[in-house]
Amino acid sequence: MELLPTIWFIAIAVLWTGYLFLEGFDLGVGMLMKAFARNNTERRVLLNTIGPVWDGNEVWLLTAGGATFAAFPLWYASLFSALYLPLLVVLLALIFRAVAFEYRGKVDTDSWRNRWDWAIALGSLFAAFGVGAALALTTTGLPLNANGDREGGPLAWFSGYAVLGGLAVVGFSLLHALAFLALKTDGEVRHRARQWFVRLLPVLLLPIAAWALAIQFMDGKPWTWAAVVLAVAAAATAWLLARNGSEGRAFLALGAFLVLGTASIFGAVFPVVLPSTVDSAFDLTVSNASSSDYTLGLMSVVAAFGLPLVIAYQAWTYWVFRRRVSAASIPEAHSFLPAIAARAFTTKG
Amino acid sequence: MDALEIARWQFGITTVYHFMMVPLTIGLGLVVAVIQTAWYRTGKPEYLRMTKFWGKLFLINFIMGVATGIVQEFQFGMAWSEYSRFVGDVFGAPLALEALLAFFVESTFLGLWIFGWKQLKPAIHLACLWVAVIGSALSAYFIIVANSWMQHPVGVEMINGRPVMTDAWAVFTNNTALVAVPHTLFGALAVAGGFLLGIAWYHLWRRRHDGVDTVGADGRVVPGEDARIPGRDRADHNVWIRSLRIGAVVAMISFAGTAVTGDLQGKLMFQQQPMKMAAAEAACHDGTGFSILSVGNVGSKNCDDVVAVIEVPGILSFLAKGDFTTEVKGVNSLLPEYKANYGTHLPDNPIYGERAGQEIQYVPVMEVTYWGFRMMIGFGGLAALAALVALWVTRKGTVPESRWLMRLAVFGILAPFGANAAGWIFTEMGRQPFVVAPNPDPSGIDQVFMFTAAAVSPGVSAGELIASLVALTAVYAVLLVVEVKLLVKYIRGGVVSAMPELGHAPADENEDQTPGGTGGAKPADDVLAFAY
Repeated sequence: MELLPTIWFIAIAVLWTGYLFLEGFDLGVGMLMKAFARNNTERRVLLNTIGPVWDGNEVWLLTAGGATFAAFPLWYASLFSALYLPLLVVLLALIFRAVAFEYRGKVDTDSWRNRWDWAIALGSLFAAFGVGAALALTTTGLPLNANGDREGGPLAWFSGYAVLGGLAVVGFSLLHALAFLALKTDGEVRHRARQWFVRLLPVLLLPIAAWALAIQFMDGKPWTWAAVVLAVAAAATAWLLARNGSEGRAFLALGAFLVLGTASIFGAVFPVVLPSTVDSAFDLTVSNASSSDYTLGLMSVVAAFGLPLVIAYQAWTYWVFRRRVSAASIPEAHSFLPAIAARAFTTKG
Repeated sequence: MDALEIARWQFGITTVYHFMMVPLTIGLGLVVAVIQTAWYRTGKPEYLRMTKFWGKLFLINFIMGVATGIVQEFQFGMAWSEYSRFVGDVFGAPLALEALLAFFVESTFLGLWIFGWKQLKPAIHLACLWVAVIGSALSAYFIIVANSWMQHPVGVEMINGRPVMTDAWAVFTNNTALVAVPHTLFGALAVAGGFLLGIAWYHLWRRRHDGVDTVGADGRVVPGEDARIPGRDRADHNVWIRSLRIGAVVAMISFAGTAVTGDLQGKLMFQQQPMKMAAAEAACHDGTGFSILSVGNVGSKNCDDVVAVIEVPGILSFLAKGDFTTEVKGVNSLLPEYKANYGTHLPDNPIYGERAGQEIQYVPVMEVTYWGFRMMIGFGGLAALAALVALWVTRKGTVPESRWLMRLAVFGILAPFGANAAGWIFTEMGRQPFVVAPNPDPSGIDQVFMFTAAAVSPGVSAGELIASLVALTAVYAVLLVVEVKLLVKYIRGGVVSAMPELGHAPADENEDQTPGGTGGAKPADDVLAFAY
């Protein structure tokens, strides 16, 4: 097995894990805007926990996509073109969600805010579901021909695994968001988030566990089976910690669950990056889909310096905004707009 | 329309749209950083107000650039999978590095700047903005490295029919990129300059119109106060006149910058893509003259249909070579060369779909290249000229009472946007029928090229592409309306719309936020409302 393509397979697995770890909770917080938050103040508490960081978190998705393009162009090309419609939904969802964060507070009416709250909630939901479906399908396979192109029309990608993967990321994101809110807020929201976390953990982790197990039954190796067992142990630990009120540790234990879970999935399918359900001879693998060693070497050098730096300054951001947010720290709506010149363009001078 | 044409329309629409937001982000970000630095150094309240006001508009626009940027990265794989497979080894790297080294920096440090007014020390808070601004310039560099490789492929060898990177230094210092990056950054600054100028003009006009500012016997402005509206004091006048002057100076400097770098680009284009040069001039025959106005059908295949009404001899040679006599090859001389080098018909390869075996049209759509080139220069020049006039007209501290002049200044904001869009449409459509252009000049590697007809995703149906084209265009249109409405609302609201604290306790403005002070954090101050 070639060294550099293997390193980049691991790097991409790390990027996806980083994405799910970080954007997982901000997608989840987004989904909770309608279901969990009970009034506008609580919604602003939710938003303020992720406000400074969600955009930086989303760049992990761009980096995972860009790194796949650079390191495994054939993987990138086949996966993205085969999943044209689901990825279109992800894009639209991410667009609405991003704009909604920024614009919801810009006009001081309930109907305006309500509209953008729905955009945040549904945008987060569809983005998480679509990303999950795409990730699951890259592990279970797509109907690809010899050139790596999808056969069978726009919906040929659809399978039970797409739904399972979608639910997996939605479920994990919701749970991760509850852990995050318990850690980052105070008062009523904190209390309720912890309560929901303890109550809902088994349900919300069920799909992701099912996905990991299904992959093990197909391609499992001894160490990936071990990772699944450890992941389950991490989830149980997270549940116990949350029940005893150790919110920070519960959050970390859930993070460990994610790392072990994704490791078990990516580890099991290795060295295949995208199986073809038409003919296993058309499978894209770490070796036949990768870029040249020269390109991978260049990227390795840059990433070896760049990625730790990114992690360092993003960690610093979380440190700067470490203070818990509570309803008491939410001021009056900030819209103070005397219409100096509401009709400047129409009135006669 | 077949899949290829729909995919091209989609790429064009989404890219031009994305690149309305991006230049404003890059240009305005730099301007806000400079203004905040001025506030940090002098502590003058008008600089704080300018930072907050222009910063607010910057953020309303920034998010649209972010939201539409993800589409750009994804659609290479989604709609252009053959292109991605062909160029991935060399083209993917700048994209990945853009995300890793630029987008992370930009988004993380902007988050710190937006929310860190109270949490960070003023110097660090300011530094965060500068880091974010540098990040956005870096992202421009990386994406233009990628684009320049499509214009002028370098640093690769063909192995098994695909270009494989062999010289990263050549790719990242591609001469096409080294001149296109400053050209694009100056173009972005021109957008910011026009934006400041137009909006500041409006507010100065409004102050006069409402009788807040008056003009003395010597023609000089006498700034006044409007007690009814918070923040509409004498400092407010300073905010706008300074913004106007900064905007005008920025607009003029950036036009000069785009002219110098554009001239260098023209000379490279003459070597690297002679057909684009000929198409920019709609020139059939070899010649030296640059036409300012042509009539007739510039897109016609028949040369006699085009009549140059005003033509300046020698200028085309100057653009291409730096003298006034070099004959610049016209389409008629170039066509046989292209046919000899790259074939007369598309190969009989399934990758070309229904187009396999069709005759290749080497001449780009000349209506677009000819007028695109002139609109770019025309809009850019008009904006710079208007900025000069604006500086002169406002030398005594305010703008004339004319409502029409005010409207002109406000609508003039669009001119640099138009110049940017026209320039990119020209350079991308002028590259056709290639997606990766071959370089006849020895500075390129001649046989590395790809026809656009081969680049589209073979597995994606026209129906999928239509669905995404319609969906993206509709969503973009709605969001443009929302963004413009919000911008207008906050622009009309004036400084206080970005600084509600002016409305509550005007005296606090300086006590609370002196650049050197600690900005004492009360619990209720843990406010993240600057953004949300």
